[in-house]
Amino acid sequence: MQQIINFVIRNKTFLLFLLLFGVSFALTIQSHSYHKSQFINSANVLTGGIYGTINSVDQYFSLKTQNEVLAEENKRLREQLLNTLADSSNTSIDSILGDQRYRITTADVYKNSYALTNNYLTLNKGTKDGIRSDFGVINSKGIIGIIDNTSNGYSTVLSILNKKSRINAKLKSTNHFGSLTWKGISPNVMELVDVSKFAPVKVGDTIVSGGQSAIFPKGVEIGLVESFTTDIGGDTYLIDVKLFNDMTNIGKVYIIENTDKEEIESLESKGNE
Amino acid sequence: MNSSIGLHIIRFVTLILLQVAIFNNINFLGYINPYVYIIFIFLFPIRDNRLILLLVSFVLGMALDMFLDSGGVHAGASVVLAYSRPILLKFSFGMLYEHQSVNFNNSEIGSLISYVAIGTLLHHLVLFSLEIFNIGSIWLILKKTLFSSIFTLIVSILIIILFSQNRK
Repeated sequence: MQQIINFVIRNKTFLLFLLLFGVSFALTIQSHSYHKSQFINSANVLTGGIYGTINSVDQYFSLKTQNEVLAEENKRLREQLLNTLADSSNTSIDSILGDQRYRITTADVYKNSYALTNNYLTLNKGTKDGIRSDFGVINSKGIIGIIDNTSNGYSTVLSILNKKSRINAKLKSTNHFGSLTWKGISPNVMELVDVSKFAPVKVGDTIVSGGQSAIFPKGVEIGLVESFTTDIGGDTYLIDVKLFNDMTNIGKVYIIENTDKEEIESLESKGNE
Repeated sequence: MNSSIGLHIIRFVTLILLQVAIFNNINFLGYINPYVYIIFIFLFPIRDNRLILLLVSFVLGMALDMFLDSGGVHAGASVVLAYSRPILLKFSFGMLYEHQSVNFNNSEIGSLISYVAIGTLLHHLVLFSLEIFNIGSIWLILKKTLFSSIFTLIVSILIIILFSQNRK
């Protein structure tokens, strides 16, 4: 017993080092394992508050570009609106009954990173605004990510620029699906994997969200096909996708809640039983 | 003594805020950021208890991890740096360290640079290994370590020299 105590006292620095490094290592492994929320995250009052202060200063420098983005989006929406008005003559009477499937909340990005291998964003909306984990996040030019952790007033987003992120996406012209992943190199190129070899892929095709996951609506534009190869097995395509979005410059985002999500998920889980 | 503790608390908080507000948003050439918060570990008083240094470094890294949503990578790297600090000091300052008379305010610039450079390389190597966590990406780890270390070293040395009292 005496010897054990002596040993501990003699090596106390090394033992403390092992303990602390072990804790850090465990947290690191936990953050690398798929779809598990982290203990340590920036959706809390302290970090959220500090990021809020920084952001309130930072916003002034990007006001001009943010205005341009909004004006461009307004233009596009207005075009859509005018075009639907034009052909509203043949809408069926059922459209009156069409209820709201998606609920949208706007949010400010308090923190954005894109230089790491696992990137997260912090937003200024949380559970008190009705935000829950697994809601989709988009902006006017494409998909940003999926809500990971939420606190009362803040939430963190698993960015699409994250090795853990896999998003269902498809070719705009056909219904060939694949998973959108990130290789961890450039913040504006992503890779669409597991696309069937029978898909008619061409350079310059548009990639949109697939809508199979009940997180994002179908048809949110993501990017253009930059190049493509077949994978080693030769059965599927690996497609490099150039994003429409500039992930390094994000100001305002929209959080999307699919109000039918529970119904879809309960239906799908029934099928699995 | 009290004023020196106050100085270290102020340095601790200021470095975290600087790192989060400014240095993490530089993204030079797309991915190179300096991690200057480790100055705190470099300049921690030498005569103080090593256990305290280990604990404080852990808290420092954990705070960074909380801001950056990075799991425990900064905490791990900081703890490794804090643990190996005596070896670095002995290597860079030699006899001065053995006589417990290293003074960062007026030490030789060469010794200071070698001390900070080796420490930074060690810290960044552990940091990026933990962050990328894939032996297949060893080149990416080494590339990030090298470029970020150069950046960190330049900024750290400038800050240490600018804020040191009575340097000749």
